[in-house]
Amino acid sequence: MKSNVETKKRSGPVVFSEYQRSEGIKKALQLGRENILFELKISGLKGRGGAGFPTATKWMLTAAANANKKFIVCNADEGEPGTFKDRVLLLEYPELVFDGIVIAGFTIGAASGIIYLRGEYEYMLQPLEDYLAEMRKDNLLGKNILGKENFNFDISIRLGSGAYVCGEETALIESLEGFRGEPRNRPPYPVDTGYLGYPTVVNNVETLASVSHIVLKGGEWFKKHGTSKSTGSKLFSVSGDCEKPGVYELPWGIKIKELLEIVEAKNTKAVQVGGASGTCIAKSQFDRILGYEDAATGGSIIIFNENRDMLKVLKNFMEFFIEESCGQCTPCRIGNIKLMEGIIKIENGDFTFSYINNLKELGKTMQVASKCGLGQSSPNSFISILENFSEEILHTNGKGKENVKA
Amino acid sequence: MFEYEKNSLTEEIENLVKHYGSDRPALLQILQAVQRKHKYISDFAQQEIARLLNIHPVEVYSIISFYSFLCSEPKGRNIVRLCRTISCDMAGKDKVESAVKRELGITFGETTNDGRITLEFTNCLGMCDQGPAMLVNDKVYTHLNPETAVNILNEVK
Repeated sequence: MKSNVETKKRSGPVVFSEYQRSEGIKKALQLGRENILFELKISGLKGRGGAGFPTATKWMLTAAANANKKFIVCNADEGEPGTFKDRVLLLEYPELVFDGIVIAGFTIGAASGIIYLRGEYEYMLQPLEDYLAEMRKDNLLGKNILGKENFNFDISIRLGSGAYVCGEETALIESLEGFRGEPRNRPPYPVDTGYLGYPTVVNNVETLASVSHIVLKGGEWFKKHGTSKSTGSKLFSVSGDCEKPGVYELPWGIKIKELLEIVEAKNTKAVQVGGASGTCIAKSQFDRILGYEDAATGGSIIIFNENRDMLKVLKNFMEFFIEESCGQCTPCRIGNIKLMEGIIKIENGDFTFSYINNLKELGKTMQVASKCGLGQSSPNSFISILENFSEEILHTNGKGKENVKA
Repeated sequence: MFEYEKNSLTEEIENLVKHYGSDRPALLQILQAVQRKHKYISDFAQQEIARLLNIHPVEVYSIISFYSFLCSEPKGRNIVRLCRTISCDMAGKDKVESAVKRELGITFGETTNDGRITLEFTNCLGMCDQGPAMLVNDKVYTHLNPETAVNILNEVK
């Protein structure tokens, strides 16, 4: 039996549009740092991992920092349940990602780039190393890249070891430094005090892939797609109950119901936008749009049809967070376990509404009191699923979907 | 552990330190290399790594205990990790799980008597569009059904 990952020919308005290897790097070297930052600023590109911080600002802060070393780190620790766009980019479009890293290195003045590849993607390590070797051969990495004097830059790949929290940028840096992947207090931000204490840009794989296109085709071109607050397009990782799961490049601002049509989802009851840490959106809100201004997401779209038991879905998410909490701060470490106790009580039909309301309050406390994004977002699904599906989950006296076939 | 095994392990770790360096960022890479080869990081290996990196052995252990792909107890020659996250779950993970358990006669978290396979669950593998999915060591298998999953495991030496 051969190990198998499907790949296919794709097309899309921005990320999957035409691009030849090294085009972006050549254009970047012509443009110069100031102009690259200008185009990025015009483009309005925001971080594609989910948090949505403006990329131009991140780069400008690092470019302006006074330090004798700087780093660009590509966050390929794609661990959010339901997200697999980085897998597609790294396997099928490495030129976009690596050119983006080189452009970032040139712009901020870094000499090394690091890709933090999740341990689960170790099977990609060899093809990616081979790709880097090709780039070195063609002087897209190394000394005086493409004849640009004093532009010396190289990329190394470092593996994770199975920790979701390392997708958080400061935890990722801790992990790169050889420590437990426990998030740091921010500020200081990595743009100021990052890897080994040096100014560091940490960008998502998709962000860097978008950069290659923006540098080549311009910020105005990029901005033509999407909405005014969410410019460009987004890779959506679609899974769950639909005919055509996979990665789709769609402009920001698309309605959830439009996306459901494209992927041929039928009898949809709910859509989890943003993975386990995202929000569960019920049928009545399928008019909502995907974008930073409404339903923001790193791209994970999980579809549930009428036959799914939403309590079971919620339990699966909470198991995930209990396991993946780094254990450093109390709201997250204990809070997730308390929420799970509530889920088990509901399952057994042994709950009171005041107890559930207390747990929702606890969830809201976790959202403000947790140290990093993991604990701040882990109660999202608990709160949104119980609110949207109270009838199914709580009004059946804990028997779950007794009237629906599983 | 025999004396000669200890000596060869020390030599191996010394070589890893030569390759990755003795600075702190090398620690995780060294541990990953030992894990890859031996499927666990023994107490002795932990002590040797600590000695060569000039840190306390507890520091080494704290890294192993944090990362789910590292472990300090022996495991089987092949580690099988079945994805249990929601999309694979909805795609039929439970059926694959019970077929594999029946076939190997062990449950998840255990190792077969002949030391051939350790079964584990893992969180999202990034194969949600092709589930159910599992990793066998570092290889990924997708679109599993009970039969294909068992066939894959039967081929593992």
